[in-house]
Amino acid sequence: MATPVKEPKTAVRRPDESLLKRLTRHQLFIPLAALALLVLFNLIADPTFFAVTVKENSLGNPVLSGNIISVLDNASELVILAIGMTLVTASSGGQDISVGAAMAIAGSVILRLVCGGQVSADVMQTPLVLALLAGILVSMVFGAFNGALVAYFKIQPMVATLILFTAGRSIAAWINNNQLPIINDLGFKYAGTFLPGIPVPTPIFITLLVVLIFWLALKFTNLGLYTQSVGINANSSRLNGLDPKLIKLMTYVILGVCVAVAGFVRVSRSGSINYSRIAENIEMDAILAVALGGNALSGGKFNIYGSILGAYVIQFLTTTLYKYEVPSTALPAYKAVVVILLVVLSAPVVQEKLAGIKKAPAKTAKEVS
Amino acid sequence: MKKFLAMILSLAMVLALAACGGNNEQKTNDDQTPADTQQPADDQQPADTNEPSEPSEPAEPASGELITVGIINNDPNESGYRTANDAAMRATFTEENGYKAIFYNNNDAAQQIATAQQMVQDEVDFLLLSPASTTGWDTVLQDAQTAGTQVILFDRKLEADESMYAAAVVSDMPAEGKTAVDWLAAQNLDEYNIIHIQGHMGSDAQLGRTGALDEKVNAEANWNYVTQQTADWDEATARTITQSVIDSGKPFNVIYAENNGMARGAVAALDANGITHGKDGDVIVMGFDSDKWAFEAVLEGSWNYMGLCNPLQADTVDGIIKDLVAGKTPAQKIIYTPEQGFDCDTLTQADVDTYGT
Repeated sequence: MATPVKEPKTAVRRPDESLLKRLTRHQLFIPLAALALLVLFNLIADPTFFAVTVKENSLGNPVLSGNIISVLDNASELVILAIGMTLVTASSGGQDISVGAAMAIAGSVILRLVCGGQVSADVMQTPLVLALLAGILVSMVFGAFNGALVAYFKIQPMVATLILFTAGRSIAAWINNNQLPIINDLGFKYAGTFLPGIPVPTPIFITLLVVLIFWLALKFTNLGLYTQSVGINANSSRLNGLDPKLIKLMTYVILGVCVAVAGFVRVSRSGSINYSRIAENIEMDAILAVALGGNALSGGKFNIYGSILGAYVIQFLTTTLYKYEVPSTALPAYKAVVVILLVVLSAPVVQEKLAGIKKAPAKTAKEVS
Repeated sequence: MKKFLAMILSLAMVLALAACGGNNEQKTNDDQTPADTQQPADDQQPADTNEPSEPSEPAEPASGELITVGIINNDPNESGYRTANDAAMRATFTEENGYKAIFYNNNDAAQQIATAQQMVQDEVDFLLLSPASTTGWDTVLQDAQTAGTQVILFDRKLEADESMYAAAVVSDMPAEGKTAVDWLAAQNLDEYNIIHIQGHMGSDAQLGRTGALDEKVNAEANWNYVTQQTADWDEATARTITQSVIDSGKPFNVIYAENNGMARGAVAALDANGITHGKDGDVIVMGFDSDKWAFEAVLEGSWNYMGLCNPLQADTVDGIIKDLVAGKTPAQKIIYTPEQGFDCDTLTQADVDTYGT
């Protein structure tokens, strides 16, 4: 323990270098830097990107409008998913690739209930809260299914969740007898659009609420500690009295809840669902958000705020690309560039090289003296 | 445990071989699946001896009474149009109607092609195709011709010589696009600033509906694209695209969405920003397909136009097959399903009831 303490002390002699080092080493450095880069780019290219105006929507409510609002609004589902995905990643060292399909299932359950099994309904047939609870329950069951495969059958998370990834959208369609239900009740759409009289999109509030709940849970319960210890070393945490299997299962169930909330937000934006297209490829974005947040995809220590920031960075990137009319089919290619950069930068070989470059001048200086 | 697993695996292999055995003599060319080529020599023999007795007996009555059809369609969940289309096919091609139908739904053309190949090898009598993309079907069509499988296209066309298929019951996508663009031109706006939201790139529907608009925008000075993006038939993406145009502050007065779902997504963005649309609104909203709710939106005047794309080809296809089996060639090789455009000024409740799905 003595040597690591020494190092910063010697580094203090070069305050600029140590600050840079400490900054670049901080887990939130990558997402913050990426965000700063995007903000800078937009500031230079077109400052009106940040303009927020007050408009009146078709119902006569004052609403805020602008790219920034769009980013915050549209990132909601991704942020909620990224939180759950971070926990799953930390505990099981793998990712759930079925979240998009599971969102379709949750959305389908909610719509089936509010439409009362009809193809289209003008008034909600089931109270919204009940429908949402049912969606959450079903989603938790599917989360538990994934979690059980991973924790008790020791199947690789990506392989285990591949099952639901493949079957989920068909299950979602089956829940509604292959119909595409539509609900026209304005009350249902409040969650995805605006509450009357409130100019900020509701999904932003829902996201804040979810983040708040997780902040409290991480602060006042052992959720974070247990998840990390299981992810770092399942055996030693078992020897210390934890049940790694149960904790892994639990993280998947928690992700299930996140999925249901995200699915609810998504279907309440339009009051309809398209099983094969809803939240398509969102699992990749959610995993990317976790990685962007500086979390090791192999599990262990995690920073949930890194993932949240990562999710906003991804949406910021998407919105920026839309603004410059990059074809939407090309968006994945740009995200791929980000992934490649991230992976390359975090590869041990590159990290060593980078450290070597930084250290090299100092070493030669020492040798000369 | 391992032994048990090995036993199951070998059992599965044996079963797979037995299943292949029946088809062995029927396969003519080099398109045999790897499983066949891997067959050990000693396994071939029992499979061959089985042929006259086992596989042909259950196959005989089936092919004698029922017409086997392989139906390759897109994902029924893709849109309301497809849901209706798929449901109609499934309702028509049943055992009661004299068919033994195998259905396959996928939006991925490569998967469709692979399955079609398999169906041709399995010697279906008819192969019904709604191709996800217009290209890449040459080998399948060739093989089908060699194997004597008749191909009938429904809903969408593909790029091939007419001699390669027996008939086509399709929507005339370029005509749909042209009808819509002509209607738009007849609105006599001073300037056309269009948000063009495209469907799945490369599909017949997208090509036809985009083609007509592209032509007009290129020809006329006062027709401009504000943006031209694909939303891949997705409502949420369409909403995002429209919102980003609104955020950028560029003026627009037309939304030309290549299906109803995407038009609905775009309208959601308009509503959120208080932009009026439809009859007497600032923005003209155009959609395609046959959804009842979209008809109702036009009837209410919330949308301006919907190009009907008729999803109900099943009965026509059924008739053609019965004719072909009876030895009659269809009078027309390509039959276009009757389609038209409806706008908010002329649409009646009767139309909604007739055409809405």
